[in-house]
Amino acid sequence: MNALLSVRDLKVHFPVGKGGSIHAVDGVSFDIPRGKTLGIVGESGSGKTTTALAVMRLAPITAGKVDLDGTPVSSIEGEELRKARPRFQMVFQDPFSSLNPRDRVASIIRQPMDLLNLGNPADRDLRVEELLQQVGLRPELKSLYPHQFSGGQRQRIGLARALATQPDLIVFDEPVSALDVAVQAQVLNLIRRLQRETGLTYLFISHDLGVVRHICDEIAVMYLGQVVEEAPAAEIFASPRHPYTQALIAAAPSLAPEHRRRGGGAKLQGDPPSPINLPKGCRFASRCPIAIDHCRHVPPELRPITETQMAACHLA
Amino acid sequence: MVEPVLDIRNLKVDFATRNGVAHVLDDISFTVEPGELLGIVGESGCGKSMTALSILGLIPSPPGKIVGGSINFQGRDLTKLSQAEMRKIRGGDIAMIFQEPMTSLNPVFTCGEQIAEAVRLHQGVSPKAARARAVEMLRAVGIPEPEMRADAYPHQLSGGMRQRVMIAMALSCEPKLLIADEPTTALDVTVQAQIFGLLDDLRRRTGTAIILITHDMGAIAEMADKVAVMYAGRVIERGPADAVLDDPGHPYTRGLLASIPRIDADPDADLPEIPGIVPALTDLGRGCAFEPRCKLAVDRCRLAQPPHFPMSSDHSAACIHLEGRVIPA
Repeated sequence: MNALLSVRDLKVHFPVGKGGSIHAVDGVSFDIPRGKTLGIVGESGSGKTTTALAVMRLAPITAGKVDLDGTPVSSIEGEELRKARPRFQMVFQDPFSSLNPRDRVASIIRQPMDLLNLGNPADRDLRVEELLQQVGLRPELKSLYPHQFSGGQRQRIGLARALATQPDLIVFDEPVSALDVAVQAQVLNLIRRLQRETGLTYLFISHDLGVVRHICDEIAVMYLGQVVEEAPAAEIFASPRHPYTQALIAAAPSLAPEHRRRGGGAKLQGDPPSPINLPKGCRFASRCPIAIDHCRHVPPELRPITETQMAACHLA
Repeated sequence: MVEPVLDIRNLKVDFATRNGVAHVLDDISFTVEPGELLGIVGESGCGKSMTALSILGLIPSPPGKIVGGSINFQGRDLTKLSQAEMRKIRGGDIAMIFQEPMTSLNPVFTCGEQIAEAVRLHQGVSPKAARARAVEMLRAVGIPEPEMRADAYPHQLSGGMRQRVMIAMALSCEPKLLIADEPTTALDVTVQAQIFGLLDDLRRRTGTAIILITHDMGAIAEMADKVAVMYAGRVIERGPADAVLDDPGHPYTRGLLASIPRIDADPDADLPEIPGIVPALTDLGRGCAFEPRCKLAVDRCRLAQPPHFPMSSDHSAACIHLEGRVIPA
């Protein structure tokens, strides 16, 4: 398998008082082939953002391996890690707080090249203009400050900054969730166009199923720090196997006629259990509509259900 | 014909800004009947939340001012009431729930105390009766172990639980009208579905009218009986939810619906975009505010703001291309 990014049994545990720990990410594995997009969906606290941060080496990795095209990202440190940084970059959720309000756009986009000493310093200003054009902004806007742009434009600036190092992988953490829907469509189309044109590989974190359906080739669903289902996008929507995936798809608001005035269509009751005191068996059992006694005692493994689809459910 | 709970006619709100007067609400009209759920949908800055604040008499003034129109609620024009009279209505006959359940609850009082305070203020009952009412309301919104939860502080509850507390507080005085401003935006989809189910159940059981303010067309589809679509301070389309979603008349409504990434759409096709961004409200020309972004714009669109043209007996949109359209009987 020719994967650009390979993640194996990734764990991120955060210690909390009295020797306990939060199992934010607890044994996550996936591969992303070059030029493809893997989406991670899940609700708050499922560990999807922490997974993204760990891949970026922005969250401490407790155990497991992250490998980017032969570079053992999870085990290198210091100068070696810095040298590898240009190859993986990130676009953040909040286009307001992720750009320095005191810097002009040219300096924001130039900064990764300056910090990582990429290319000839004399050429960098020209490169900034190219990047602005690439994300659909006029080069003459480079001398403005972030507050002079709309949310969608700011997210384009964040994307230009990520592209500045000519990365292989871009990690997106909810890149359009702060944008209005009409602007969201513009940014999503841009993200897809860039991949078509440059062969970039994407790890795409989102809570919005419509968005991941549109952007991703493969989708992993996370619940309480673990992947509970993974499959190609079309299959996961056509035949979700895990009860949590099924509930998530059922709860997603939709314009479909059968959703009209159904008052939400809630399938699940309650909230996820605490990530500190994890249940012994399946982590979803307490909310699962079909759980049996076995589920409460034995945690299910993520296993192949079909040739391309995996689910972690005893009953799938 | 049922008498509407709320009847807003030609409401205009102006804000004085450094860049001139902004017509934040321009000629807004709609009605809500008992037990009905009206969805108000639009992008940031279109005037959705300002409409809610006008109804509650909470427009910051200055710089804001209601400069025209009326807000009729149970036979009284709210724009003419004093602050003292409005205080009696707010939280009583008209209640509101906000987007952020963390910041809209007071962190230093327990949930039970906060609900009981609202009850005592509006119904003048004893502290003991108010506390009992608070527990009863927490039970009604589906909070497990309500006696115990009444003594919990907001930070001890999850986001979904906090929003339930807000709803319990809003409903504790049996309002005739509940305004919910993006009530589930901060919540996960499975929890959003629970809150939607709760609101839907309550209005069917108690006959409380609900105005749901949202940017999410999906939420409109799930919840609304009828819809008002807002753009740049105006209602540009209104009608029954099915009619607006299935046969949108205004190019903006069509664009908004088309640009939503859908689970059942062809993932290989690019999303249809609405080019450009929402105009500044201080910078509107004489014509249709959507004209600069509209694919169908013609010279005439720039001359004057289009009036609403009917598409059926209860569905209309403000676009000149609908002029002369034959209305089905």
